[in-house]
Amino acid sequence: MAFLDFRGGSGRVQIVSKRRATCGRHSWSPRVGACVQRTHLVRKRALLGGSNKPRLHVGSGAMEGAMQTESKIRADSRTEPGPRGPGCSLRHFACEQNLLSRPDGSASFLQGDTSVLAGVYGPAEVKISKEIFNKATLEVILRPKTGLPGVAEKSRERLIRNTCEAVVLGALHPRTSITVVLQVVSDAGSLLACCLNAACMALVDAGVPMRALFCGVTCALDSDGTLMLDPTAKQEKEARAVLTFALDSVERKLLMSTTKGLYSDAELQQCLAAAQTASTHVFRFYRESLQRRYSKS
Amino acid sequence: MSWCIKNLPAMQETGSIGTADGSSLVKLGNTTVICGIKAEFGAPPTDAPDKGYVVPNVDLSPLCSWRFRSGPPGEEAQVASQFIADVIENSQIIQKEDLCISSGKLAWVLYCDLICLNHDGNILDACTFALLAALKNVQLPEVTINEETALAEVNLKKKSYLNIRTHPVATSFAVFDDTLLIVDPTEEEEHLATGTLTVVMDEEGKLCCLHKPGGSGLTGAKLQDCMSRAVTRHKEVKKLMDEVFKSMKPK
Repeated sequence: MAFLDFRGGSGRVQIVSKRRATCGRHSWSPRVGACVQRTHLVRKRALLGGSNKPRLHVGSGAMEGAMQTESKIRADSRTEPGPRGPGCSLRHFACEQNLLSRPDGSASFLQGDTSVLAGVYGPAEVKISKEIFNKATLEVILRPKTGLPGVAEKSRERLIRNTCEAVVLGALHPRTSITVVLQVVSDAGSLLACCLNAACMALVDAGVPMRALFCGVTCALDSDGTLMLDPTAKQEKEARAVLTFALDSVERKLLMSTTKGLYSDAELQQCLAAAQTASTHVFRFYRESLQRRYSKS
Repeated sequence: MSWCIKNLPAMQETGSIGTADGSSLVKLGNTTVICGIKAEFGAPPTDAPDKGYVVPNVDLSPLCSWRFRSGPPGEEAQVASQFIADVIENSQIIQKEDLCISSGKLAWVLYCDLICLNHDGNILDACTFALLAALKNVQLPEVTINEETALAEVNLKKKSYLNIRTHPVATSFAVFDDTLLIVDPTEEEEHLATGTLTVVMDEEGKLCCLHKPGGSGLTGAKLQDCMSRAVTRHKEVKKLMDEVFKSMKPK
């Protein structure tokens, strides 16, 4: 698998084929400093050209514009050691597309320390028993990081599949199958939201026709009612309720929702509103990421 | 947007299975679900030595619908089992500490088997209701640990009911392109719908679960309407359940 590896000393950027585990230390450090340098280098590489190579794009949940992103990140690295901006915002996210050669589309999505790798095969041949005469059959396979997939994975697969079915224009490819395979690389909270984002980016990379993009946002409510977006694993464990929403890009409608814990109706509406605001950042990130990839410069 | 108000639970029976520690039979229109609860001994989990287990299992057999084949549980059965497990966990229907007999050594394990006899849509509502009714029906014998032999002694003559803390009630909706919302959909309506939504609410108006597995989008306002409908439904179902239990109690 080819991806970008940052060699701190020389400052050179090169494409290397390595197992993700080895490069984990170099590439995906939660320290903000590493991300800054990467953004800078990606922009430099983009200027030099090379459109077929895997595109890495790093973003921050609290960004306003590309240049401001960098300054805000630098400010954070001096004042706070944490990887997210002040107040209620998302963790740093990064996305890489077209990193696997065999699937028709692939993407890796990172949110803080949570990382999910997605691959899409399709539209492809479908088994007669599973074929639907007027639209594509969508299948989602979710593999946990360790162990065999269990009932919880089946439940999540159903959630992701139904979300994808709502946006994918299956009617354009009848009697075919579109398979989305998700591999959890690391889980540090907000896993389902990360899976949804990775699946969306992989579907875009595969060129599957969709009526809208979708994104996943997780909210956590703690015992005194404070709302936290994109919680880490520790925050999720201590929270009273964890709500995950999938929103579409056209009208920010609620496509999918799954919740854990007890909460009131008013809190639900509050979380939904916060998720809708946060999804604007994610969709802007998608747009910039794709613009970067397909631009000539 | 128009509502279609349908089947209230038409029939509910508890204590129908003699061999189980607690049981119930629920009919929602044509959908029939039977729940049997067996209590067995087990060692408590190592990370929570003062808690017992509640293990739900939903069985969708070929008997209930042409869509299911015999063999390992299919996707729909697994999703339903996970949903019931989530409802039990989120709503804190019973305190797992109540199931502990001796901390770190012995606890009750409640195996809840939900078997669908007739699948005509809205399986999640029926399962939740059947589970709640069966749990209310469960009678556990008193268990004492004999200090000399360190064995458990079961006193079958002295039985007590479980302490049910909340009463979660599930309300399912079928969504048709954000214009039509049908409460308690039948199988045909579910099949034709573009999305489904299940809201599980307890008596204080707190939400235990908002299960919307994909499908067409819903605005915040529509969601609010669903909530108010779920509150009404909770009242209706609770009234029915109280009536049944009042008629059952003298035993």
